[in-house]
Amino acid sequence: MSAAKPQGKARNMIEAINDAHRVMMRQDPDVVVYGEDAGYFGGVFRATAGLQQEFGKTRCFDAPISEGGIVGTAVGMAAYGLKPVIEIQFADYIYPGYDQIVSEVAKMRYRTAGEWTMPMVIRTPYGGGIFGGQTHSQSPEALFTHVAGLKVVVPSNPHDAKGLLIAAIEDPDPVIFFEPKRIYNGPFDGHHDRPVTPWAKHAKSAVPDGHYTVELGKAEVVRAGNNLTVLAYGTMVHVALAAVEENGVDAEVIDLRTLLPVDVEAIEASVKKTGRCLVVQEATRTGGYGAELAALVQERCFYHLEAPVERVTGWDTPYPHAYEWIYFPGPIRMKTALKKVMEA
Amino acid sequence: MDGPTHSRPNRPALALHVPEPKYRPGDTPDFSGLAIPAAGEAPRPDVAAPDEETFALCNSLVRVLDDSGKAVGPWDPRLSPDTLRKVLRDMKTVRVFDDRMYRAQRQGKTSFYMKCTGEEAIAVAAAAAMDPEDMHFPTYRQQGLLVARGYPLAKMMCQIYSNAGDPLQGRQLPIMYSDRAHGFFSISGNLGTQYPQAVGWAMASAIKGDSRIAMGWIGDGATAEGDFHSALTFATVYQAPVILAVVNNQWAISSFSGIAGAEQATFAARAIGYGTAGLRVDGNDALAVYAAVAWAAERARTNRGPTLIEFFTYRAEGHSTSDDPTGYRPKDEPGAWPLGDPIARLKAHLIGLGEWDDERDSALDSEIDAAVRSAQKEAEKIGILSDQGFDDIPSMFEDVYATTPWHLAEQRDASLTEAREYLGRDSE
Ligand SMILES: Cc1ncc(C[n+]2csc(CCOP(=O)(O)OP(=O)(O)O)c2C)c(N)n1
Repeated sequence: MSAAKPQGKARNMIEAINDAHRVMMRQDPDVVVYGEDAGYFGGVFRATAGLQQEFGKTRCFDAPISEGGIVGTAVGMAAYGLKPVIEIQFADYIYPGYDQIVSEVAKMRYRTAGEWTMPMVIRTPYGGGIFGGQTHSQSPEALFTHVAGLKVVVPSNPHDAKGLLIAAIEDPDPVIFFEPKRIYNGPFDGHHDRPVTPWAKHAKSAVPDGHYTVELGKAEVVRAGNNLTVLAYGTMVHVALAAVEENGVDAEVIDLRTLLPVDVEAIEASVKKTGRCLVVQEATRTGGYGAELAALVQERCFYHLEAPVERVTGWDTPYPHAYEWIYFPGPIRMKTALKKVMEA
Repeated sequence: MDGPTHSRPNRPALALHVPEPKYRPGDTPDFSGLAIPAAGEAPRPDVAAPDEETFALCNSLVRVLDDSGKAVGPWDPRLSPDTLRKVLRDMKTVRVFDDRMYRAQRQGKTSFYMKCTGEEAIAVAAAAAMDPEDMHFPTYRQQGLLVARGYPLAKMMCQIYSNAGDPLQGRQLPIMYSDRAHGFFSISGNLGTQYPQAVGWAMASAIKGDSRIAMGWIGDGATAEGDFHSALTFATVYQAPVILAVVNNQWAISSFSGIAGAEQATFAARAIGYGTAGLRVDGNDALAVYAAVAWAAERARTNRGPTLIEFFTYRAEGHSTSDDPTGYRPKDEPGAWPLGDPIARLKAHLIGLGEWDDERDSALDSEIDAAVRSAQKEAEKIGILSDQGFDDIPSMFEDVYATTPWHLAEQRDASLTEAREYLGRDSE
């Protein structure tokens, strides 16, 4: 939307995330950061680079390859009073820590009636389009949006990544912070045969120095429109924006930013205005978060709808390495869906 | 299918080993083959000794009380008679409490209960050996920690009844206590999760330059969980100030300890592979438990790293109120257990010291019985499980998050409408 000229230094997503850590570690001595390769080297994606050098190795350190151990010790640290910000190297590897996240992190406040709380952030790069094969490409957000007690956040640009991560670290509840690694270096429009423009050329790469937050639970209308509401998050925000332009649809594109709790007001207001809704997710289709969105829209906007809610998703297969661009919900699937929802 | 599917003529068919306990229902248990070193035999390394010096102790058994109740050997903690009497009182209280709550469950006053009969020395003596500010990450058989640390019995019962006096607002299964002020972390139903949590708490204490240490607890069966191993990895990698206890009570519901790997190595010996200090301790000997925990605590407090302690004991009763152990082990196996009853052993010791007698013992029993009864009355006045669930329906939607998000607010309102319209019940 036509906002004031963005202030701040151009940064890519990694730099923005790195900066968020630095801001919070300077501000709050209880913030500790750890994960596999996260200390000395600063993480395989370099998101924690320089933190150990600046804050010492008891505040930023390498963890054993044990996601259960990483999350499990973070529970103890949070119980002590620290604020762990932990990195799971790839979202595909979060499963060994899943029990700790679902049974412990998410439930602690409730099961102890508030006696113990779990303020922590679990950061993890997710998503495909990087030829990562099935164990470096998955989008498991629905496994976490189904869990009471968690908050689930997915930024789609450097500005939001920093502001959301700071908000997540400051939040009294545990936040799973999914980082769309396909857009770490630049917004990806789904055209894999075209070069990716680096973030530096994008307005949302203007990342202010120092402390600022992007409120959790608030979506952003990233493109105003009248005839269709497109709900997207992460990498798919950019794929959706590109597809809307390419197909000449007067669509409103909403970047959800927080999946749990989702900004239902923003969704409702837009769909009631446009009368049509397309939900876009990169994850496998069945039981995905897009199904939740479609249900919400159907429950709340049924009498305003002029067409069934349409979904664009990955296929219900494991992520196929060689067929990545057949799997990825890109321009073709977007075009088909846009046509279908607009002509219904 | 007859015969192996991929046999080659010259090679023997492979056979799977499925461990079996020595005795099943109908058998006569005989533990005479069990290697039980004499009390006083195990050497006591200096607290500053390198980890390796403990490795032999991982395959032995630290014991202080001999068969006559005398304290012998280098591990004798030389506790004052007052401390000994306090430990005895706490152990007895736990046993009486267990009996009353077991009966309360049978009377339909609550859904579930778990006793620690025969294992009372472990939590009670460990609590005595730790500082009150140290943090425990317990399992469901360490009620002795709360009792020893003076947590009100009536409040424990309110938790069991999930009534309005339950500090956890009826959100947890009976016996899944939590109390920060008493250094007792919230018990999880998911076995093993508390183990790396204890390590994380200890790491945090070290990160902050604090002086408090943590103790994690796990059962023999649950050592098979990944969390056990990740906890040991983190504890040893970062030399966390933590004590990691394995309570080997021989049974994990109906599976004997061999199913968790006890046939091939002791649980204490797991420490050797990590290069961390390890001790195997007679868990029915309150003095040995105390001495071992005090030793490990001092190591932790002086930055000498973690200690894994296996408490060798026996679960004398069923796993829980839902279990009938006669279905999988001989009826008289608990009686045949050669390490005796921890309460009887400590009592004999105190009498041997001239610090106790049968008269005082039965007076103490009546006193405890009265205290537990009165706590139960107090708790039941507030309510039993079957009365619960309608007085504060909105509370059900609190504490999922720090502040209630829109979807929970909507669901709260819907649940109230349901209760009003369909159940004819109201909150407030
Ligand atoms: C992750 C998990 N798996 C299974 C269970 C069901 N379960 C509850 S207690 C138990 C046996 C535990 O045995 P052990 O660790 O030896 O402890 P004990 O009950 O003997 O004290 C099992 C299998 C559970 N609670 N959590």
